Amino acid sequence: MNQQHITLISFGYFRKDILEVIAREVKLQYALPVIFREGHLDLTEFYDSSRRQYNGNRLLKQVDTEFASDASKTLGLFSVDLFIPILTYIFGQAAFNGRAGIASLYRLSNERYGIEPDDNLLLERFTKEVIHELGHTFGLMHCTNTSCVMHSSTYVEDIDQKEQQLCPKCREELEKPEMAK
Amino acid sequence: MTKMISILIVDDEESVRDSLYSWFIEDRYRVECAENAKVALSMLESESFDIILADIKMPGMDGLEMLRRIKALRKESIVIVMTAFATVDTAVQALKDGAFDYVTKPFDPDDLSHLIRNAAKLITLADENEILKEKVVMLENVEDLIGESKAMQEVLRQVESVAQSNSSVIITGESGTGKELIAKAIHSNSPRKFFPLVSVHCGALTESLLESELFGHEKGAFTGAMYHRKGRFEMADSGTIFLDEIATISTKMQIELLRVLETKKFVRVGGNKEITSDFRVICATNKDLKSMVENGSFREDLFYRLNVVNINIPPLRERVEDIPLLVEYFIKKYCTSMNKPLLTIEPSALRRLEEFSFPGNVRELENMVERAIVIGNGKKIQLKDLPLEKSLIDNSAESLDDHEKNHIYQILIKYDWNISRAAKALKIDRVTLYNKIRKYDLKPSEER
Repeated sequence: MNQQHITLISFGYFRKDILEVIAREVKLQYALPVIFREGHLDLTEFYDSSRRQYNGNRLLKQVDTEFASDASKTLGLFSVDLFIPILTYIFGQAAFNGRAGIASLYRLSNERYGIEPDDNLLLERFTKEVIHELGHTFGLMHCTNTSCVMHSSTYVEDIDQKEQQLCPKCREELEKPEMAK
Repeated sequence: MTKMISILIVDDEESVRDSLYSWFIEDRYRVECAENAKVALSMLESESFDIILADIKMPGMDGLEMLRRIKALRKESIVIVMTAFATVDTAVQALKDGAFDYVTKPFDPDDLSHLIRNAAKLITLADENEILKEKVVMLENVEDLIGESKAMQEVLRQVESVAQSNSSVIITGESGTGKELIAKAIHSNSPRKFFPLVSVHCGALTESLLESELFGHEKGAFTGAMYHRKGRFEMADSGTIFLDEIATISTKMQIELLRVLETKKFVRVGGNKEITSDFRVICATNKDLKSMVENGSFREDLFYRLNVVNINIPPLRERVEDIPLLVEYFIKKYCTSMNKPLLTIEPSALRRLEEFSFPGNVRELENMVERAIVIGNGKKIQLKDLPLEKSLIDNSAESLDDHEKNHIYQILIKYDWNISRAAKALKIDRVTLYNKIRKYDLKPSEER
């Protein structure tokens, strides 16, 4: 990896302590400085009234064109319900081997599923999701190791099954010279 | 290690194609996209995809029509249809037309992952099944064909390539080289392997017996024909017939054989009903059939009919490097069958075996090893356990008698102790040969 840094951009309100924890874990996983920024977007432009969700494809494109640069991997943090046309929802998505990604904590909270709120669990899930999407921007694919953070998750339960870390195989992949984008 | 599953996405909406593309790429699939059925079908002409994910509603040709065309092109294709307007009718129609499944847009991410994973599992299983089938075929009945020598590897390569065809094969090679094993290997690796391999030792039968053996006979066809009997050609229906020592058949039988090979039809001896049998023919001989054709003792037309493929098995003396492997194999084979602990062979004994000319080829070596295991001390095969040590092939033999004994023994082995043929080869009469055998106390090795 010859990336200079990772940029996390929050769109909407996020507690500072949450962002700090995420930044620390991201830095630990990718061994790159993490920069914080606040981003401002008129999310109504991305709202699909028929689905009552936000279009993830368009948001990703916007983050990529307006906020990302070649010198960093940029991840937009959201708290709205994301979808892509083909799927009922997404936790996040990223341009594979690209510059940008997005992640939302909307569907990661226990309340969404009628369970007692658990802030720690929410933070843990969101951190994993952020690390996961950033992994895609570095060219990492879904991992078959169920405890690897790059393992595919379609339900929150899947996210809870995995660790926050990259498995040794993904780490090895990440450190290959050709992964340096 | 499983192969990379390929997916073709067919949808007129770019956003759908892009989303699915990203989704599957991240899941380690190989993904291509087509914006309509026409493009997809033209892609499928030049490239195959494991899974085709196609939208039903598309301008021009719709997904259902495309599904039918894909299935006509490649029946085993896995097609999953997607629709934003799910109706029972379209879903049922798609499944009737051979779709693997259908999904309604937008999909639950987990449903889509599951669906694709299930399809991929099916493909992987089908591939593994094919590979296993191939492996089973590859390994069947070739365990006795030992040899890492270039010559033997070439024989095995020929066996492999000829097995899948239906061509007639002539296997040539000296006595004891394993011609029948090659015939078995060809049959076992051929599409006919689930049907019989029927062997006929032509040299062991008189003309009339051979005729009855090959074509069968009806009740009362000749004295002693108490019941009707199926012939070997009939028994080999859908399978293979192996005619060993083909050079020994009479001119009359050659004509009969040619006719059967051409028409695959024959009549049982004493019968009048024509019987059809679908068999493949493999022949073997230790004679030079071409010279026999030249001197008129073997029909040229039959020769060409049989000699579509010729596999020549080299004599053991031309592949000395295989001897240690063969010895090891026979030791294991006989120690196991005799419930004895696995023996080893003394290097000096092995060296002598490698120096021996083996006129009786692998069969002779096998007999020697078997005999050594029976008479040996149960620990190691030593030089003294091998018949070649008893000066039969001893280079130190100096007397004329020793040489005569040695020579006669080798000829007898070469002709499988067929006294008439050995005597003919030695240019002495049978009585003289018997006297020599008695004089030198020559005995065949243990029969296998």
